[in-house]
Amino acid sequence: MYIHSAVLFRNRLFYALVALAGIVVLAGLYSVHLMEEHGHIITGMNNQIVWGIPHVFAIFLIVAASGVLNVSSIGSVFNKHAYKARAPLAGLLSIAMLGGGLTVLMLDLGRPDRLLVAATNFNPTSVFAWNIVLYSGMFGAVAVYLWTMMEGRMKPWSKPAGFFVFIWRFILTTGTGVIFSFLVARQAYGTAILPPMFIVISFAWGLAVFHIVQSAIYAWTNKVLDDYVQKRMKNLLGVFVIAALYFVVAYHLTNLYFARQSDFERFILSDGGIYPMLLWAGYVLIGNVLPLALIYLPGFGKSYHVNLASVLIILGGFSLLYVFIIGGQAFPLSIFPGFEVKSTFGDGAISLYYPSAPEILLGLGGVAVAFLITAVGIRMLDFVPHEDTKKFH
Amino acid sequence: MIDNTLNRRQFLKSSVGVAAVAVAPGILLYGMANGSSEGASAKVRWGMLIDTSHCAEGCNDCVTACNKENGLSGGVAATDSQWIRKIEIKEIAGGRQLSLPMMCQHCENPPCVDVCPTTASFKRADGIVLVDKHRCIGCRYCMMACPYKARSFVHEALHDQNPDVPRGKGTVESCTMCVHRVDQGLQPACADACANKAILFGNLNDPDSEIAKKIRTVASVQVRADLRLNPGVRYQGL
Amino acid sequence: MFRLLTILAVFFLSFSAQAAESTPKLDIGKGGQCVEDPQFMRKNHMHLLRHQRDETMRQGVRTGKYSLKNCVECHASTKDNSVIAREDSFCVACHRFEAVKIDCFECHSGERKSAWLQRNAK
Repeated sequence: MYIHSAVLFRNRLFYALVALAGIVVLAGLYSVHLMEEHGHIITGMNNQIVWGIPHVFAIFLIVAASGVLNVSSIGSVFNKHAYKARAPLAGLLSIAMLGGGLTVLMLDLGRPDRLLVAATNFNPTSVFAWNIVLYSGMFGAVAVYLWTMMEGRMKPWSKPAGFFVFIWRFILTTGTGVIFSFLVARQAYGTAILPPMFIVISFAWGLAVFHIVQSAIYAWTNKVLDDYVQKRMKNLLGVFVIAALYFVVAYHLTNLYFARQSDFERFILSDGGIYPMLLWAGYVLIGNVLPLALIYLPGFGKSYHVNLASVLIILGGFSLLYVFIIGGQAFPLSIFPGFEVKSTFGDGAISLYYPSAPEILLGLGGVAVAFLITAVGIRMLDFVPHEDTKKFH
Repeated sequence: MIDNTLNRRQFLKSSVGVAAVAVAPGILLYGMANGSSEGASAKVRWGMLIDTSHCAEGCNDCVTACNKENGLSGGVAATDSQWIRKIEIKEIAGGRQLSLPMMCQHCENPPCVDVCPTTASFKRADGIVLVDKHRCIGCRYCMMACPYKARSFVHEALHDQNPDVPRGKGTVESCTMCVHRVDQGLQPACADACANKAILFGNLNDPDSEIAKKIRTVASVQVRADLRLNPGVRYQGL
Repeated sequence: MFRLLTILAVFFLSFSAQAAESTPKLDIGKGGQCVEDPQFMRKNHMHLLRHQRDETMRQGVRTGKYSLKNCVECHASTKDNSVIAREDSFCVACHRFEAVKIDCFECHSGERKSAWLQRNAK
């Protein structure tokens, strides 16, 4: 039963949260302003670590934006009712995170004012250029998909639209993985395992984000998640986390087998300071072992366990990306294999990176953009899952 | 080879700077791209041969000359641009030591050009790889892709640039092979500055050029030749 | 976005200035015979520059007559050899008046080459 003051409190809380997110967005924009004024000198990025924290945030958001659509795909492509009811929310989250991620990526550019140049000079051999098409196409595709689901007359089209989105996001995440796959020169990248790895990782991260948002909505509206749905989604999350871990393990095992890669693996797995720590403690322990325990151990697996697991999976995801993106650049490029190398430009030396406040704020600003789009979207339109429990069994 | 010479003559006849050309083959070499209304020609492939046995350890003359010519600060902080740098290398097996300059290798198949989303990175017809800063959005993907770490990102606003060498904040830059000098018929500043003549600059496509002759007679290698990028810069004694 | 805001701000500021004086006062440097008719140049210099810059930059054609360096050569002030150093410098005065941002001189030098060489001779 609703009490008037409770509704009032909830309203206030909503506006407080939106205002908070707004402040974070403003802080991010202010950082961008500073970066434009002073240049990237005020970030921790340099000529050795050319991509930093903003890229960790941006890639996480974009990958998760693709993965969260898994929920809709299972609904529309594989016809599972429990997921179909959740498809609109998944679509909204996808647009929100894509928007947040792209904002970060674009505003980190050296010349963000030249975006029009990027749109008018298209290089067909550049994966980045493809991704510009893939990302903007994704917005359109998901928007149409949402429309077919939410507008009664368009319902018959929701299945083909869902199928189209299903294919598009596979290509999109492939494109994101290929950004690194095509970097032939660097030890950490340049391998064909990356696109499938990114796809499977996206499933885990996307579903983790979905879990958290769904729980928040249910708690907000005093609804209780159906046990059957909760159990299915929880198990799916566990499977995705295991599959993602499998790919990460396969990636490192392959590297370990190649003699030319063993120095790099020693750096990432044991000697590299912050990077092995983030990989083992951040990704393996916090991002995999603990969440899997929370999901599968007897006595666990309740809704709040799964929420905690989801938070941990996201933290693990950030750790993995930090190791992958920044650790991959910190390890010196092998220009003269078989030689010890030194120069004034960091040849043969581990590069240092200390993220600065403006770039972290820019990344958080992207998360806040995603939050704002989600919060406002749910408030204005009907994205809350409506389920017919009879259809589950 | 005779055909080749004839073709070159024919080509030159059609270009503007013909008069200066007939004087000596050495000048002719540079005359082709010099001030011509046809611009850079695909018949030319500019390149360098670096003789590591003549490159003295601790000598930094090429770097200093490059900095001066192109208006670089000369700073070596991680955020400072370095278009050319001296690398001291020591073979792990045996301990043989070498010193050599490293800069943009002006690849025939440059990864930076492949990955650039806006075609700001491009290769001129004569093989010089450049960044068109009018198009560069500063994404730094080319820096990720370059196997030689030849590129720098301008991290701060710049002032007092060389009128011939525009550079600016938020864009990526690298060795231009002193394209503004080459187009005037001069050689790059680093080659000019090397007292030991360790840097030989010239047209790889001209069989009579000094560089082509030397490449035919001495053993030289391309760095990371395994990547099959066919760099225009070669190293002797590596 | 901030660039946009600055452009807008400059626009409004100059709008109020426009009421006071109807033509920009500018130091035309050496001046003299321009590559085209002055009125044509006022309207079209950016198109000429943009077109030729692509040919010069990407194809290495260095013989065109619409080069930014040539603009600077004639129009840099005889006092400080620059087209951008002061409020009434050739490029600045007019662009201020019209409230159009110049993007050239973040990278390009606004100084006469001879003056630059003299300063950087050592």
